[in-house]
This record gives sequence, C-alpha cells and structure tokens, in this order.
Amino acid sequence: MKSAVVLLPGLNRDRDMIAALTKISGQAPATVWQTDTEIPDVDLIAIPGGFSFGDYLRCGAIAARMPVMRAVAEKAAKGVTVIGVCNGFQILVEAGLLPGALMRNASLKFVCRQVKLEIANANTMFTRRYQPGQIIRSPVAHHDGNYFADAETLARIQGEGQVVFRYAEGTNPNGSINDIAGIVNDKGNVLGLMPHPENLIEAAHGGNDGRALFESALGVAA
Amino acid sequence: MKARITVTLKNGVLDPQGKAIEHALSGLGFDGVGQVRQGKVFDIELAGTDKARAEADLKAMCDKLLANTVIENYAVEIA
Repeated sequence: MKSAVVLLPGLNRDRDMIAALTKISGQAPATVWQTDTEIPDVDLIAIPGGFSFGDYLRCGAIAARMPVMRAVAEKAAKGVTVIGVCNGFQILVEAGLLPGALMRNASLKFVCRQVKLEIANANTMFTRRYQPGQIIRSPVAHHDGNYFADAETLARIQGEGQVVFRYAEGTNPNGSINDIAGIVNDKGNVLGLMPHPENLIEAAHGGNDGRALFESALGVAA
Repeated sequence: MKARITVTLKNGVLDPQGKAIEHALSGLGFDGVGQVRQGKVFDIELAGTDKARAEADLKAMCDKLLANTVIENYAVEIA
C-alpha cells in the first residue's frame, strides 16, 4: 500500500508519521511539499501534527489554503484515504473537508499526556481492526483540540456514525463537545483526530494501541 | 482606502479566553464586569476608490480566510 505525507512549514510530527507508515506498510511514504499541486498515486495521504505557519490566524487556517491542500481535496473527492492527526485534523476542518471547528482547550492549557479513547464506530475503514466500544490508549499534545459543531451538524454527524473516537473514562483533555476526539467525513474516507496514534505503534512506545488504525486504513495484516 | 474587519465569536460558542480575561478584570478590582468575549481586528489598506467593490472583496476575504464562519461572525467597515 502506497502512502504520502504532506509537509508544511511548522509541522513537527512528520518524522513520527513517516516512521509509523514505513513500519506498518513496509515502504516509505512519498512526501509532498506545501507548494506541490499534484500528489502521486497513493492509497493513503497523511497530514501530520505540529504548528503549521506558527498557528497564525487560527490553527491550520493558513495551511488549509496552500496549493497542496487543493490537491488533497481532489484526491479525497476521488475516494483516496486521508488521515489528519492533531494539526492535520485542524487543517482538514479549516479546509472544509471535515465539519466543525477546533477551538482553544477549555482549560487554556497545552495538554501533553495519555488519554483513553473509545472506538465509537468500529465500522469504518479506519477502525475495522478494533472492536466496537473498545477502549484504547493514545497520547495527546495540543493547545486547540476543543471540538465544536453547531447543534444541527452535531446531530447529523452523530446520527450518521461519523464520530469515530471519543475520549473515555473522564479523560477528555480539552472540553471537546460530547467528548469527540475524532470524526470522519460523510463518505467515510477522510479521518481527523486530535490524539497521536502514530506515537503508540510498537513496544518501544510503551504499547501498540494506535497500530490497528493504520493497519485498518492501509488494509495490511496485523 | 482603509478598512477594518472585526471578527467575533458567534453566540453559543464557548470562549475560554474571554472567560479568563473576565476573571482577570475582576481580579484587578473592576466591579460589575459581565461577560467578556474576545475577538480579532484586521486593518486592511486597499487600492482603488470603488467602495462597493471593496466591500465585496472584503467579505470574500472574510469568507475565504479571515473568519471561520463555523464559529465566527464578521463585520466590515470602510473608512
């Protein structure tokens, strides 16, 4: 399975994402730069975490308007799998590829810790290797992960099973509405989540709870 | 032409930063401070003299970049 990682100035989790995709898919992902207008033929595009463009204006706002994101939107419309983690999630909502918005954490503090996640929908291409309702661990590290959507959007995404991950067991680190940690688009091929599954894929990380997400999305054997 | 764009959070959107400012003002001894909501101001210089066109451009700038209309409202003033 071929993959590509989007690179933008200010991202800092790109090497973690590249390492995770290399280990799990067995081949190094292609990398695409912010000014690239074409993305090679791949099965999965990942937008890593970090602080693209210094979080100026709003987190992800400038990155979402870069040429490479038009290419990502075109690929997503053709059904290519897209994963945005942390800043990548913020970029996807700013680009309009996912509904809602990510706001400053309710605590106003940057949070860097491990949380628990419930698999709220195990029937997606990103979670099929998990059990419904399974609780997994995942690190988070962000200042603006407080998911918000208006009542109508919230009812729609919850009704359609687009909420894929929820913070579990009282570990919501940011005040996110209804403990939402990760969502997919209506077609189910674009995922955004604040936690960092790429940082929990092997024993050296202290666990591999995040590995099944990439195995699901890449369609590779466990 | 000079324009000022004011971006504010929509009603019903939680504003933890505004809340912190509200508490800080109370802490400074300003009595009677009610709710505080934080927003952004952009001062923009524009070439040309056509106000109607400027207004249309400024609104497009807000919709495309300066405001996130999921959570924010904007107002455009041309001096």
